[in-house]
Amino acid sequence: MVTMNDTPSRDIINHDASEALAERIRRAEAEGSPLRIIGGDTKAFYGREVEGEALSTREHRGITEYDPVELIVSVRAGTPLRELESVLAANGQMLPCEPPHFGEEATVGGMIATGLSGPRRPWAGSVRDFVLGTRIITRQGSEQRFGGQVMKNVAGYDLSRLMVGAQGTLGLITEVSMKVLPLPAATRSLHLEMSLQEALEKLAEWGREPLPITAAAWLEGALHLRLEGGPSSVEATARRLGGDELLDGFWEALREQQLAFFGAESAHPLWRLSLPHHTPALELPGVSRESDVLYDWAGTQRWARSDASPEEIRAIASQAGGHATRWAGPGGAPQEAPFTPLAPVVEKYHRNLKTQLDPQGIFNPGRLYAAF
Amino acid sequence: MNTQYDARLDGEPPLLDQAEVLADLRQALPDMALLHREEDLRPFECDGLSAYRALPMLVALPETLAQVETLLKRCHALGVPVVTRGAGTGLSGGALPLAHGVLLVMSRFSRILEIDPDARTARVQPGVRNLAISEAAAPYGLYYAPDPSSQIACSIGGNVAENAGGVHCLKYGLTVHNVIKVEVLTIEGEHMTLGADALDAPGFDLLALFNGSEGMLGVVTEITVKLLPNPESAKVLMASFDDIEKAGDAVGAIIAAGIIPGGLEMMDNLAIRAAEDFIGAGYPVEAEAILLCELDGVEADVDDDCQTVRRVLEKAGATGIQQARDETERALFWAGRKNAFPAVGRMSPDYYCMDGTIPRRELARVLKGIGDLGEEYGLRVANVFHAGDGNMHPLILFDANQPGEFERAEALGSRILELCVEVGGTITGEHGVGREKIHQMCVQFTPCELATFRAAKAAFDPMELLNPGKNIPTPARCSEFRLTKSAGDAPAPTQAPKSHG
Repeated sequence: MVTMNDTPSRDIINHDASEALAERIRRAEAEGSPLRIIGGDTKAFYGREVEGEALSTREHRGITEYDPVELIVSVRAGTPLRELESVLAANGQMLPCEPPHFGEEATVGGMIATGLSGPRRPWAGSVRDFVLGTRIITRQGSEQRFGGQVMKNVAGYDLSRLMVGAQGTLGLITEVSMKVLPLPAATRSLHLEMSLQEALEKLAEWGREPLPITAAAWLEGALHLRLEGGPSSVEATARRLGGDELLDGFWEALREQQLAFFGAESAHPLWRLSLPHHTPALELPGVSRESDVLYDWAGTQRWARSDASPEEIRAIASQAGGHATRWAGPGGAPQEAPFTPLAPVVEKYHRNLKTQLDPQGIFNPGRLYAAF
Repeated sequence: MNTQYDARLDGEPPLLDQAEVLADLRQALPDMALLHREEDLRPFECDGLSAYRALPMLVALPETLAQVETLLKRCHALGVPVVTRGAGTGLSGGALPLAHGVLLVMSRFSRILEIDPDARTARVQPGVRNLAISEAAAPYGLYYAPDPSSQIACSIGGNVAENAGGVHCLKYGLTVHNVIKVEVLTIEGEHMTLGADALDAPGFDLLALFNGSEGMLGVVTEITVKLLPNPESAKVLMASFDDIEKAGDAVGAIIAAGIIPGGLEMMDNLAIRAAEDFIGAGYPVEAEAILLCELDGVEADVDDDCQTVRRVLEKAGATGIQQARDETERALFWAGRKNAFPAVGRMSPDYYCMDGTIPRRELARVLKGIGDLGEEYGLRVANVFHAGDGNMHPLILFDANQPGEFERAEALGSRILELCVEVGGTITGEHGVGREKIHQMCVQFTPCELATFRAAKAAFDPMELLNPGKNIPTPARCSEFRLTKSAGDAPAPTQAPKSHG
């Protein structure tokens, strides 16, 4: 027997609060007073502290349109992510970018604003890759629509995807339309004991083959692999690669940073390194043990504990073609300078864009960088 | 209403004449090819939308990045507009020159700089042809996924500018999903890198913003794309239907079965007959519609999916289902589809290709609407359709030598795009707004939304020197368009159209 709380088809609270949000933004613009946008408040750690009056999206919630055959869902920003995911699952579909929640209260708006994706990212694509359209309340307090509820749309600039990862600094995201996909027909997860070196080589080799791999992480002396697709190919690949069956829940625990690695007591801060495919193991100052680094996304997203200076870590990541983010983690506090500084010309155009769309700095000022 | 550049509606042109700009650029760039005589400019007067023509003031053919940088700096200093052009295959007049602007032709940047099979990326110059990337990656078992029908000729720089699509978008995405990094020169000649070799980059997603920005925000000088492993197996099923609505329902039924085909295309009877006549692809000429459904991936899954799709098609009322027996027949099935535009071109002196995208469930209603509109305007329309992603390509057949026919074709096209917007779709799925659909932007977006687009533009190009008059209409142009529309005056071109092939 299932309880009401477990029934995915239960009615989602459906409420359009856009007029109240718009009114609040008009007031902030008139007063020139900054707003601190909050959804479920699960990802506050991922950015800088914002000084401003709280503006919650939580009242603006509900799925506004969902036709599974169209593979598109439109949903308001304040909708809890788990509610959206349960409705999709009840229809045999999913958000392929597998966004982390980092808490029960995570919202759709927070997923879009941070743009964080889960273990399937290198194979399926990121949050922004699945965004088709957005509604945004601009500084003037008008709700505007960009992109659309169709798969292909090149009319005007792609302001919808620009919003992903901008953390609400360019306007308030009120609704998003996303592409969804069918749940895989078959899934197997494997635990293959092998050295880091071997795992990185194997991943490069397998990457050139059409294998149904959709997650790959190396930790604790083993490569953890997920296979998803048709039953025939998943079974054939699992037989070919061998190894042991991986316990259920591993990928969710990895995505939500609930593995022992993330909970370990350490005096050293945690860093997220985003690197190109086929980057070898990097020498990081202060990292002596292999177990201080967790390799996700086939090695393109690495979690490392190091007491090296931000400059040192960032120089190493940059040298390898990537960047490094200081990661306070779920429940952690906002950081002073979490993100890699931008090149001067790139920063100039970030400032120009912010000035054009939010000249008074009412939307989450300083959330990404102190300068805007 | 006039689609030619109009200073009153599109913005004041610079005061300099050709001789002054030529003298300045020659002095700054003595080694760069710079065309100025009318007979040399003539080949550049249009892109793939040849009904729209204008002679550029000058054509610049740089070969080095330093030349592009200097050219942009000089044009910025002089206040002279710059229109960037790739291979000139665009279908919306995005590279339509300006009589008072420099046409910056990037075709000489045609080198593949690096293929990295381990990282599965290709780093290329913007003038490299789309298909050339897949050819260069083939020895490693890799390919570049987006495949617009013009892929033999179109350049990757143009693909980025238009966010080009193709027949495999539903499964493999558009250009924006397959480009990981671009090098850009701004109108001020500054260099920036957007995106990264890693899977993400800090800051705003300016890479996404630049894809599809139609050369209005900067000039792309280098592109790194993602490569995919060739699928182990690809099989194509062709289903015939005696009713186009049944074919449309079959598309939904395939997706409802949990299958995402690599390609899913529909053609109506007129398009089928045109393609069969031209290519001899083995299409059933009596059918009201055919569906081409390609399933690709690991062999065992493809076989399973073929069985499932066959059952779905039978249930949907297909009158015939044929699976390509071998690679040759599969290529032939696709050749009919990929050559549908020139095939239709053989049936009529001219044709005009539309690019609206709709929610798939509206297909029957929109096709009926197109049929009714065709009758109203007295013109035939062939329908070719990226069924999987709802991107329609109605081809309006007309004869430009018959007085008034082009005007009727254009007016019919406008009505079709407005119908797409009405059912919740968009005026352009993959060809871009360019100059062609500048007025329909006033239909799809509110004045406030258009103002936000202009604000984004102003962040990169406040003097509006990059491709002015394209993509985003000015308030003056929209006001005039709305007045003209409400007065019931169909938009008409000001010059004699030529071919539309």
